Amino acid sequence: MDSLTNYLFVSVVLFALGLYGVITRRNGVAVLMGVELILNSANINFLAFARFGGMNMAGHVFALFVIVLAAAEAAVALAIIINIFNNFHTINVDDVSELKQ
Amino acid sequence: MSNLNSLSHFWPELILTLTVLTAVVADLFYHKDESRKVAWWVLGGLALTLFAIQMGGSTVTDLFMGTIALDPFSEFFKILVLIATVLVILTSFNSNELQDYRVGEYYSILAIMVFGLFLMASAIDILMVYLAIEVVSIMSFFLAGYLKKNPHSNEASLKYVIYGAFSSGIMLYGLSILFGLTGTTKFVEMQAAISGLSPDSNLALIISAVFILAGFGYKISAVPFHFWTPDVYEGSPTTITAYLSVAPKAAGFAMLIRFFNQVFGDSSALVSESWQALNQIPWPQLMGVLAAATMTVGNLVAIQQKSVKRMLAYSSIAHAGYMMMALPLMSKAGVYGIMMYLLMYLFMNLGAFFVVIYIQGKTGGEDFEDFNGMGWKMPFVGVVMTLFMLSLTGLPPTAGFIGKFYLFAAVIEAGPQYYWLAFVGVLNSVISLYYYFRVVKHMYFIGERSETVEMPESNLVTFVLLSLAIPTFIFGWYFAPVANWVSESLVIFQGM
Repeated sequence: MDSLTNYLFVSVVLFALGLYGVITRRNGVAVLMGVELILNSANINFLAFARFGGMNMAGHVFALFVIVLAAAEAAVALAIIINIFNNFHTINVDDVSELKQ
Repeated sequence: MSNLNSLSHFWPELILTLTVLTAVVADLFYHKDESRKVAWWVLGGLALTLFAIQMGGSTVTDLFMGTIALDPFSEFFKILVLIATVLVILTSFNSNELQDYRVGEYYSILAIMVFGLFLMASAIDILMVYLAIEVVSIMSFFLAGYLKKNPHSNEASLKYVIYGAFSSGIMLYGLSILFGLTGTTKFVEMQAAISGLSPDSNLALIISAVFILAGFGYKISAVPFHFWTPDVYEGSPTTITAYLSVAPKAAGFAMLIRFFNQVFGDSSALVSESWQALNQIPWPQLMGVLAAATMTVGNLVAIQQKSVKRMLAYSSIAHAGYMMMALPLMSKAGVYGIMMYLLMYLFMNLGAFFVVIYIQGKTGGEDFEDFNGMGWKMPFVGVVMTLFMLSLTGLPPTAGFIGKFYLFAAVIEAGPQYYWLAFVGVLNSVISLYYYFRVVKHMYFIGERSETVEMPESNLVTFVLLSLAIPTFIFGWYFAPVANWVSESLVIFQGM
């Protein structure tokens, strides 16, 4: 069970779910959750390759940085969504379209 | 180079960091009405940064154990970014949109963005690539949504954050596959590892290249990753629109050139006149098609716009397309053409946006109708805008013509297989003539002639517009010093 392929499989499933979430969800927060899934699927990849590929620490370090950046990005994105709610009284991304398409 | 030794070559970035901290602290001591004074702290810091870059000389080395490159190529882009930032800060003083807000943070965030752009221009490690792109993106989300009470600005930042986070996530997944294939995060070691891969892994390699391209394509707003561009550009404060259309695009091109040439090219990439893609990756074909699509989509949609700001947004997509023409050529002349074009584009595009800001302040709108009769009412602004439009179209004797000349020359020189690309490029330039001259038509031929004549009442506006218009005109026929500077800057870090 403890092989690279299993981890890569989990990561691909997570990536696909994240992609599906971003494309189908209309709630701003749910879209962000989809993005988080994509970032975490990449993290699994980095860790699995570093663990099984006999590689150096680069993969572990990369994953740590990604976690930090994902938090920073989520903080900014949530602040923007709060602002949207104050002005539009909705966080449905389809309803927020005053600019010409 | 080891971490401690690197610090002595890292002065520009260290000064920038200090600038940000000083600006944030200084902002605390200013009353809301005075918070624009923070801009002077930032401007001072940027001037010191420029000085530090000049003092650094043209050493070619790697910093921080091979994560950042120090070479004339990155210096060129750093100076480009600094010029753009200083001009945008000077214009922000007269911006109507920012009047109701506390603007201290605005200038500090711009300075952080400059830091991110510096890293983008010099990253040679995929971890640094990702970090730099995220620093720049997160700061641009802030700035796009800076007008908190303005629904358009809110919407712009929401769309920006969703597209931005999504495409950097896709890019990260591509980077993780590339890391798995090569077992390293450094560009140079990746190149060696990829040339040793068996053909079985080509599929994975191509998938990861396409995923990574999504991240880069989003930064330079290439088709089909351009959907955010028009809405974000229209909704953001116009000063920020001008900045986003120039600085991150320039740094994005620097990164794209470095990454794809070094990772997916043979070892002669960027050293010799021409080079080959590794493992028969269809990289030139892919880039050629994307370039043609980018300019065509940008131009065809720009024609239909009612707002000048939105028209300029689509036209900036088209300009990214012209520059992308030179990416698949695999030649030094191509990179040279891109650098020349970026320099010329900086002046003419910022100029066009700054005129829009000025007209917006006078009439309150940014549609073509708001430009009616402006050429007669404000002769100075009218002449300057006409010059920028001529230059964006690429007509002689303006800077835009010289930029296009070098790009097209590089494409033609690369051989008959690229003639179609040059043809599409010329066709697109002709299309762009139509919508750029619509602005001139509205300024001079529609609406009544005004009896009174107005000049900009602030000297700062005159100064900024002149400092953009003069290079746009002069570089059209006297460009030898610029051309020399660009060719001296064409020295790219190749490996330890």
